[in-house]
Amino acid sequence: MPEPIRMRVKLDGDVADVRVLIGHPMETGLRKDPHSDEPVPIHFIKTVTAKLNGSPVMQAQWSRAVSRNPYLQFRIKGAKAGDEVSISWIDNRGETNSAAARIPPG
Amino acid sequence: MNHLRRRLLRAGLATSALAVSLAAGLLRPLRALAGEWPKAAFDATDVSDAMRDIGIVEPVPTGDILIKAPEIAENGAQVPIEILSRIPDTRVIYVFVDKNLQPMAASFELMNGAEPFVSTRIKMGETSALRVVVQAGGKHFMAAREVKVTIGGCGT
Amino acid sequence: MHAALRCGSCFLALALPVWAGLQAATDAGTGTAPEQDRQRYVRSFAERFPGVPLEDYVYGAMIANPDAKKQYEQIMEFPPFIGDVEEGRKIWETPFRNGRTFADCFPDGGRNVAGNYPHFDSAREKVITFEMALNDCRRTNGEEELAYGQRSPMGVLTAYARTLSEGMRMNIRVDSPAAREKYAAGKALFYRRIGQLNAACAGCHLHNAGNIMRMEIISPVLGHATHWPIFRGGEELMTLQGRFKRCMEQMRAVPYGYASEEWNNLEYFLSYISNGIPLKSSVFRK
Repeated sequence: MPEPIRMRVKLDGDVADVRVLIGHPMETGLRKDPHSDEPVPIHFIKTVTAKLNGSPVMQAQWSRAVSRNPYLQFRIKGAKAGDEVSISWIDNRGETNSAAARIPPG
Repeated sequence: MNHLRRRLLRAGLATSALAVSLAAGLLRPLRALAGEWPKAAFDATDVSDAMRDIGIVEPVPTGDILIKAPEIAENGAQVPIEILSRIPDTRVIYVFVDKNLQPMAASFELMNGAEPFVSTRIKMGETSALRVVVQAGGKHFMAAREVKVTIGGCGT
Repeated sequence: MHAALRCGSCFLALALPVWAGLQAATDAGTGTAPEQDRQRYVRSFAERFPGVPLEDYVYGAMIANPDAKKQYEQIMEFPPFIGDVEEGRKIWETPFRNGRTFADCFPDGGRNVAGNYPHFDSAREKVITFEMALNDCRRTNGEEELAYGQRSPMGVLTAYARTLSEGMRMNIRVDSPAAREKYAAGKALFYRRIGQLNAACAGCHLHNAGNIMRMEIISPVLGHATHWPIFRGGEELMTLQGRFKRCMEQMRAVPYGYASEEWNNLEYFLSYISNGIPLKSSVFRK
C-alpha cells in the first residue's frame, strides 16, 4: 500500500496553485538501517506527472536526491474552479500511486 | 532522411539554427522527453557530464532564473528550494547540486499552461552550488547559488 | 573562590563554576519561589534578546537566525512528517478493548490539556508528564502501558495528542511544598555540572544562549519545553526527554531514563519557567 498523496489546490484569478506532499521514503540506498546496520535498499520516485483535466501540464523526472516525503509546488495558468488536477508517480520498483483534486472557487 | 528534417528543409529552414539543432540531435520531439527517465544523466558523477548527458549545450548565464534557497541549510536532507524563470517559452527546468555524488537532482518539463515555477525540497550532501538550467526557445540558460550545508554538534 | 551561601543545598553551591560568579550561585539556590525565578529568567532573556516577544521563544535558537526561521516556515507550511502525526491520530482515536478512548481520559476530549503537564500528583507524590498521563489512561482502561522513548506508538501518539493543545499557553502549577521540592530538584539538575565534559545545562542554555558552540546557535532555556515533539531534519521524531538523553550523551554523561524522577522533575522546572508561552507541537527542527 503506497503512502498517501496530499494535495492543496487554490485558485488565484486564472492560476491554480498546487501544493503536493507525497508520502514516499525516497531512500538513497546509502542509509544504514539502525537496527540491522545493513544499507536500506534504494527506493525512490522516478517520474511524477501532473495533469489538468486529463492533459499533462508537468512531467518531473526525479533522482534519489529529492527529499523524503517529497514536496512539490507548481502553478497552472488557464485553470478554473471545478477543473481537476491530478498527480501520479511511479518509482524505481514500478510501484505507483495517484490522486486528484478539484479546484475550489478562488 | 528524417521526416521532420525533410519538412523543415522544404519550409526553407535548412540553414537556420533550428535545422542545425535538429542535425545535432539536440532537439527531440516532446514524446522523447516525456516518459523516459534519463538514467545516464542521473548516474553521472560530474555536473558537466550530467548536463551533456541530458542534452544541455552551452547554457548562457542569466539573471532571469530566480532561485530561492537557504544561505545555510538547516538540514541537508530537506532543503527547500523555489525556482522561477522569467525567460519566455520556458519548457524544462533542470536542477543540479554540483557537489552531490550524482549532481543531477531533478527535471521539470512544463506544458499546457504550467507556469515556469517550481518549488520542492532536495537533499544536499555538503556545501555546494545549487545550479538551475532552463530550456527555453530551444536554448539553454543557467543560474546558480551557493547553499551552505553544515553538520553542527547539537541542534535542537 | 566559591560564594558562601546559607541554604539547604550548599553542597550544590560549592560545585558551581567560579566563572559563573555569584549570580549563578544565587540562581541555583533552592530558596527562591518558582514565580520569582520565572520572572527573572524572562527579564534576563528580554535583555539578552531585545524586541523578541515571549511567545517567540517557542522557536528556540531560530529567534537569532532568520535564515533558519524562514526554512522552518517553509517546511511547516506542508511538513514531510504529516504522515507520522496521522499515524498518531489513528492510535489516539482507536478505542481500547473496553470501548473507551484516550479522549475520554481528559477534559474536553483532550483539547488544551498538554500545557497543564507536567503536574505534581500529590497522591502519588510525584511529577506526572503528559506521556505518563497517556499511560495512566491506558492502564486505567485495562491496557498495557506504552514504552517511552520509542517513535511508535508513544512518540507518534504524543505527536498527534499534543496538537490538540496547539496554542495553549503553558500553565504549570507548583502549588504545595511537596511540589516545590520537585521543582527545586529539577532546577538543581539544570544547574548541575554533569558528564566528562563537566557541563551544566545552565552553562549553555542560560549563560550562553544565542552564542555559537559546535557551529550551532545555543537555544535559550526559556521556551525549551514548549515545542514537542520535534522532527529533526523533518524526519526523526524526538521528544523532550529524548533530547535530554541526546544532550546528556553529548556531555558524555550517563543519561537518566525516560520517565525517571530526575527527568520528570527537570521537565517540571523547564515547563514552569515557560509558563505563558503558547505551545506548538510536532515541529521541524534541524
